Amino acid sequence: MTPQKNALAVCARLLWLLGVATSSIAAAPQLPLAPVSAAPAEDGQWTMPAKNFASTRYSALDQIKASNVKSLGLAFTFSTGVARGQEAAPIVVGDTMYVVTPYPNYLYALDLKNGGQLKWKYAPKPVPAAQGVACCDHVNRGVFYDGGRLFMNTLDGQTIAVDAASGKEIWKAKLANINLGESITMAPLVVKGKVLVGVSGGEFGVRGWLAALDAATGRLAWKAYHTGPDKDVLIGKEFKPFYAMDKGRNLGVKSWPPDAWKIGGGTVWGWISYDPDLDLIYYGTGNPGPWNPEQRPGDNKWTDGIFARDPDTGSAHWFYHVIPHDLYDHDTVNELILLDIPVGGRMRKVMIRPERTGYLYVIDRASGQVLSADPFYENINAYKGVNLKTGRLVTVADKEPKMGKVVRDICPTAPGAKDWNPSAFSPRTGLIYIPHMNLCMDWQSTQVSYISGTPYIGANVRMKAGPGGYRGELTAWDVMRRRSAFKIKEDLPLFSGALATGGDLVFYGTLDGWFKAIDARTGKLLWRFKTGSGIIGQPVSYRGPDGRQYIAVLSGVGGWAGAIVSANLDPTDPTAAKGFVGAVPDLKQRTTPGGTLYVFALPGR
Amino acid sequence: MCSRFLAGSTMMAMLLLSACQREQRQSSGQPLAETAPASVQLPSVLIAGSRPAPTDPRGRLYEGNAYFLNEGQRLFEQFNCTGCHAHGGGDIGPPLMDDEWRYGGQMDQIVASIAYGRPNGMPSFADKLTEQQMWQIAAYVRSMSGNVPKDVASSRADELASTPSLTRTPRQPIRGEAGGGLQGVAP
Repeated sequence: MTPQKNALAVCARLLWLLGVATSSIAAAPQLPLAPVSAAPAEDGQWTMPAKNFASTRYSALDQIKASNVKSLGLAFTFSTGVARGQEAAPIVVGDTMYVVTPYPNYLYALDLKNGGQLKWKYAPKPVPAAQGVACCDHVNRGVFYDGGRLFMNTLDGQTIAVDAASGKEIWKAKLANINLGESITMAPLVVKGKVLVGVSGGEFGVRGWLAALDAATGRLAWKAYHTGPDKDVLIGKEFKPFYAMDKGRNLGVKSWPPDAWKIGGGTVWGWISYDPDLDLIYYGTGNPGPWNPEQRPGDNKWTDGIFARDPDTGSAHWFYHVIPHDLYDHDTVNELILLDIPVGGRMRKVMIRPERTGYLYVIDRASGQVLSADPFYENINAYKGVNLKTGRLVTVADKEPKMGKVVRDICPTAPGAKDWNPSAFSPRTGLIYIPHMNLCMDWQSTQVSYISGTPYIGANVRMKAGPGGYRGELTAWDVMRRRSAFKIKEDLPLFSGALATGGDLVFYGTLDGWFKAIDARTGKLLWRFKTGSGIIGQPVSYRGPDGRQYIAVLSGVGGWAGAIVSANLDPTDPTAAKGFVGAVPDLKQRTTPGGTLYVFALPGR
Repeated sequence: MCSRFLAGSTMMAMLLLSACQREQRQSSGQPLAETAPASVQLPSVLIAGSRPAPTDPRGRLYEGNAYFLNEGQRLFEQFNCTGCHAHGGGDIGPPLMDDEWRYGGQMDQIVASIAYGRPNGMPSFADKLTEQQMWQIAAYVRSMSGNVPKDVASSRADELASTPSLTRTPRQPIRGEAGGGLQGVAP
């Protein structure tokens, strides 16, 4: 955003406040905005996977637009050398692009002044056994740039600082233990000199945590567990949850059968947002383990909820238990988009969470109060909604898993109406573009024993297309009107992130490799390009050294959705890949494994 | 007449013997001693330059016995094998119902994978299973790709039925294995 536009935005916000005061005059409600402190003006770079601390994934660059996008063409490509699921966002700082691959987690620097020529490669050499504790392909969701350094995580549980200019390792810290089923797949986030990293392994009976490392040295600053006694969870005097259900002492022990909290999950493998004004970080915790809910009676705190913490000390400020006693592996780790919107005539600092449950939550980010939870996914039958008085999610008894029977046609599935793949918010349209799925599942709970380093699941699942037969959907959600503006049906489940741009375009990719640009206001398909493999990555946009706008995305199928292709699974067994193979038995006929960066631009001037 | 009777009774005896083999229960584990795998076979299809070693005879005994296969099926779920290999279609680990074997698809090779683990993520179960249990699991694993006699394969899945019955699973040939001992013929 240019300074002029920024000023305009501030004016617009003032006008809108006036508008709110005199109550709805205009037919169209005012547009929500991301706080400037968390989403600063456009600088043409893309230095973190979420674009900014508000996690908008919006680039204000507007050279590429509806009128010219049809001539968008390839600028350059780059092979990552790894044919596994490419979930990372390319990072652009100055005239260099950085790309991290799935295991073995190569990190590449590409020279944007020289057609994407390789500058350096860093190989962290994670131990091969880590592949055996990665639940859903060997993915890595990206690196973070801060102060001349790149911060990356490896599948075997290391966090590494690499010099951005030379590719030399500065420090590395071993955080996770694969022998306990721990791994790391998330992208780190650096806030106030602290590198925030969480553990993966919710399917292995790990005890989830989020750690903060000193960005200068890699030394551990604090570590917050998500089960167990309050002192381990860093719950103290500052902890003021909004709802009664989240209040009480040592709930991380009391809401579990004896000792079950020690292997109870609550991992962190998704996204962290940061509000510099309130000085709080926000993130969600993963599913409780095992999946079989009858083996862990109780609310299972602090899994499946959202924490607000002080980045300096890790001290918890509030928690909202999105899914007490999860029944379906519905990790609540998706992105949290920070916005400021008027609610009931008052400006509220909120965050938006499109959740696995199929509801889009609007939560006051100062207090943790849920202001609304509307279904962005139309075929939910496992839940009845969210009780806004108690904050509790209302489940459906008929769809509750019970040992000894197969519960059929539960919607949404274990990966949820929407999985990790992040949505984008455009301040120009006020819409959130949510790439998601339309799948249902049959579920059979089984008794499972904990064996360290092996899966701790206790459920047989098979998935299938939801009502209507289409398996994927992109929903453009109108934040102010609390309804969808348009929906695009896709044959295959959507597992890629979305990108919104100042040219009023939205980019996303499909599991069979189509990279698409749609009109941000109407959803009309304006351009598409067939890449070499399915897309589960996060598209980004940047201004190149030549002043032109570029769009970049990694192609390479995999992840939970594409494991049938990347791990060469057998479609005869619909329970393969924890049931996802049942939903996409045709994927091997539609795409092949790959790992290639594609960069697009308008024809040179 | 006499010779026909003799032939008939011999056939009866053979049938009875093979039926005994199918139904024989070794719950004590004694006849098949709890010893470390005598020789982990490394046939030339896996390791260049290696000479084929004799197959461990215990493999035939285990995969020809319905009780062992059923035990293997039960253990496969109980020891979280399904968590990585699903019901043969694969997940974190490779599928077991197809014709591709990273570390060999013969009985003793599968037992070695279970006992010692493999470098790309397969954990070692040496301190978690008895050796007899490993052989039982290996026999069940081979049944997923149709590589056990049809008359001993389990006709019923314990889990939510999603794959074809193991008695109807077409055989996926295993490279380097001559196909012997797979047609319901006792060794």
